[in-house]
Amino acid sequence: MSQRYMGTSMKSTDAINAVLKRHGSDGTRLMQILRETQEVLGWLSPATLTAIAAGVNWPRSRVESTAGFYSFFHTESRGRYRVLWSDNITDRMLGNMDLMQAMCEKLWLEPGRVSADDLVSVDTTSCTGMCDQGPAVLVNYRAITRMTTERVEQMVELIRNQTPISEWPAAWFKIEDNIRRADILLTSTMAPGDALRASFARDSAASATLDEIKKSALRGRGGAGFATGLKWEACRNAPGHGDKTARYVVCNADEGEPGTFKDRVLLTRQPDLVIEGMTVAALIIGADKGFIYLRGEYRYLLEPLNTVLARRRKHGLLGENILGRAGFNFDIEVHLGAGAYVCGEESALIESLEGKRGVPRNRPPYPVTNGFLNQPTVVNNVETFAAAALIAGKGADWYRGFGNARSTGTKILSVSGDCERPGIYEYPFGVSVRQVLEESGAHNTQAVQVSGPSGICLNRDEFDRRIDFGDVPTAGAFMIFGQQRDIFEVVRNFVHFFAHESCGFCTPCRVGTTLLRTLVDKIADGNGARADIDEIFHINHLLQTTAHCGLGHTACNPLLDTLEKFRPAYERRLNLLKFVPAFNLDAALSQARQMTGRDDAGAHLEAAQ
Amino acid sequence: MNAPRKLKVATTSLAGCFGCHMSFLDIDERLLDLLEFIEFDRTPLTDIKHCGPCDIGIIEGGVCNAENVCVLREFRANCKILIALGACAVNGGLPAQRNHLDLRDILAAVYVTEEGLVPGTQIPNDPELPLPLNQVHPIHEVVNIDYFLPGCPPSGDAIWKFLTDLLTGHTPRLGHGLIRYD
Amino acid sequence: MSESSSFILDDQEIPFMPGQSVMQAALAAGVFIPHLCYHPEFRPHGSCKLCTVKINGRPATSCTTPAAAGMEVESNTPEILDKRRTLLQMLLVEGNHFCPSCEKSGFCMLQALGYELGVVAPRFSLLYPARPVDASHPDVLLDFNRCILCELCIRASTEVDGKFVFALSGRGIKKHLVVNAESGKLADTNFSLADKAAQVCPVGVILPKRKGFAVPIGQRRFDAAPISAHVDEFKPVAPGERP
Repeated sequence: MSQRYMGTSMKSTDAINAVLKRHGSDGTRLMQILRETQEVLGWLSPATLTAIAAGVNWPRSRVESTAGFYSFFHTESRGRYRVLWSDNITDRMLGNMDLMQAMCEKLWLEPGRVSADDLVSVDTTSCTGMCDQGPAVLVNYRAITRMTTERVEQMVELIRNQTPISEWPAAWFKIEDNIRRADILLTSTMAPGDALRASFARDSAASATLDEIKKSALRGRGGAGFATGLKWEACRNAPGHGDKTARYVVCNADEGEPGTFKDRVLLTRQPDLVIEGMTVAALIIGADKGFIYLRGEYRYLLEPLNTVLARRRKHGLLGENILGRAGFNFDIEVHLGAGAYVCGEESALIESLEGKRGVPRNRPPYPVTNGFLNQPTVVNNVETFAAAALIAGKGADWYRGFGNARSTGTKILSVSGDCERPGIYEYPFGVSVRQVLEESGAHNTQAVQVSGPSGICLNRDEFDRRIDFGDVPTAGAFMIFGQQRDIFEVVRNFVHFFAHESCGFCTPCRVGTTLLRTLVDKIADGNGARADIDEIFHINHLLQTTAHCGLGHTACNPLLDTLEKFRPAYERRLNLLKFVPAFNLDAALSQARQMTGRDDAGAHLEAAQ
Repeated sequence: MNAPRKLKVATTSLAGCFGCHMSFLDIDERLLDLLEFIEFDRTPLTDIKHCGPCDIGIIEGGVCNAENVCVLREFRANCKILIALGACAVNGGLPAQRNHLDLRDILAAVYVTEEGLVPGTQIPNDPELPLPLNQVHPIHEVVNIDYFLPGCPPSGDAIWKFLTDLLTGHTPRLGHGLIRYD
Repeated sequence: MSESSSFILDDQEIPFMPGQSVMQAALAAGVFIPHLCYHPEFRPHGSCKLCTVKINGRPATSCTTPAAAGMEVESNTPEILDKRRTLLQMLLVEGNHFCPSCEKSGFCMLQALGYELGVVAPRFSLLYPARPVDASHPDVLLDFNRCILCELCIRASTEVDGKFVFALSGRGIKKHLVVNAESGKLADTNFSLADKAAQVCPVGVILPKRKGFAVPIGQRRFDAAPISAHVDEFKPVAPGERP
């Protein structure tokens, strides 16, 4: 690039300055500054990073540090058209690799490379959350679903002709909700503001609503299942730090767990419920600022969400003196991520919100006392906030009428893979895996991966297990694998995922996930031996006990689960089955030899092969 | 009880500099003591060309070409115990410093584009010459290795300690001062 | 020592002061816990995981865990030593650690810990990453081949020198050190040999030029005695305080 060491051009400078101005040159808003700059300039050149660093008054090294961390920020040009194929196992099962290969051949391009004319690059990316309508791609971070050979051909033509993406067929960008079973969350018609009004009616300090949340036994829907009421109470009681204490509410919409897409649908169909839940949280903990941390893959939801936020401001549901209540000020901003699964971890998410690399913090302290800008912060999943809004509006007793003794309320599942009706299924807690399989039209199922690669792989003996916090907890992913699937390839896809998404902070995860990838690829190539299986166990044990965060702790789950339940999938790949018999085979024939008087070749066995 | 039979030992240098063999000879007069317990099969010292069934195989150097692979496999097939001796066998060592370069670029630079080459020079393609591998590898990436003795080279004392441990039936333990990576 | 201010580390009673980590208290008491990213003058980091111990049966990094009365800490057990060995082996295959040509050989903590823990082989397949050196600076060579990503130079440059010369970029196995210059070259930063950041590298990345191999083999830092015998050199600078 001629731009490389020649400073920024006039056009670039104007673009950068406009973005900086929009964000008040605030370094903690670096993620948004980088994204918006890249949306205009196509990539983040060294000169661009220098200009941004000067603009936000940060050392350049820190700006480069952030830019280099996220998959969707490019510090090298990736072409004017950047096509990323979602590479979840469900996309693979729908044939994404063949389609990508066809696209590359038509463009005379290798995957991962940029065309010589800097026009286009084609590569893979982690699951984009379109598993029920794959194979999916992102083109310049715009989601396109249901790719076919025909669409590949048309897309290649559009790229060759340099047709602006805004002029591509609108139907390609249509994202289906595919709601197959709705329950209290997805059928809710609660009017915006009702949950707030109900809270106001209970008492003035929102203590009663906090009690309702606690009494409802609502637990976090992002996977960890921490009691929401306790979290909010801890944050409410945390003193804050420094002169300008503040509290924050953060909605974790960084739905990165492969196979999960229910937050996308909630934010599409019930954004008011989610935002109302955040506002109730703000009322309870005393926050005046909130963020929706939306994964970069859902870039297309930014404008619709901003429209909802604007409407709510207009109706007095956000902003100052909400619903006329003096001193209740709260507003929300959507913050887009940029392709980093680890940011789903709440402290990494907060780092990212502050404009930094998404590296999980050392804990304690926890975000409820030391969160965004070191102030007390509540971070909850999209679905948790939506449920909280219902509880605030209708009360804990009503909510406890759903679910089972172990887990109250409902859970939204993202069902994908080998079934007739992939999509969104909301069930009361306690639904059996078998029921989900039946209602989604899955037949001859070999395995179900619940809660994504970091979750659990269930075999057919376990289909009567139940989705709840006491049995099979889940953040929502439910990927179905029919009998025809090679479970080893499923696991291999997950192992590659973790190696790609490791933040690299700690030694065991940074190196271990890569070593696991090497070992699994070795087995895939037909060069595996028993010793490699032992080595997988050895690395897994280290990861589980020494990794810095949940990503590392769970990176080995798919391997350990499937080695236990689907061992033949591995064994048939091994080419070296060295085993020395426990006893001398030839000697074991000695008595028969003696009695028969034989000494021919057939009367002997070699001790070892 | 009869004196135990002498253990058969074979040694070779793959992509190494023979420095480890020199260090082996640095155990000096203790070599005579050692010969009470061992006899050599294939080794540069005996000039035996192929390895027969052995108790111990000692490998110096990493794997940089096809011949190295064949020799290493011959040792593994014949030796009950295989020892990686020295930095190059353990982690590729000095020859592996080429690993960040593309072999094609190296061959082209040496035989084609280098200034002052005799006209007509080409990349050697005599079938007698083993082909280099894309990268140099430590030997444990090619065959199963039982023991590692790092060092560039390991000192004579380290080799002596290691072998006497092994010959007297103890798991070799080097301890501070004898375990060295340089 | 009263019960309220001590914990048990491998059957030994370790006194501690309020605010001290398990690591600081152990080092102050003369008990060495292997570490690479910990440095007595800097806030703990907890990334190398070498200092992993078991506290009341649960794995934890001793450098980031505050000492608490009555803790039972396991450090020198076969299980934990095995984990530390594996972590060292991971670091050894991740970078290009060719000790014979390294000026820091004999002074290197990675090497010394390898000796301490009896690591004789890399165990895994070597990754052999391509990491070009940066020789642009007049006084300092940066050999990234040996970087173990402990971030000590970053912390020193940020917290002590106030220069922000070093930072990390990339993610996962592609994570790497960068310098504060658009050209990516150290010569284009305000780095100086006198900086604290020039003094803290535990391995052989940041090297003064024209000063290699000054100390004969046999007289180098870790030649005579293993790193665990150097425990006094790692004692907290101001016990109980984190600079």
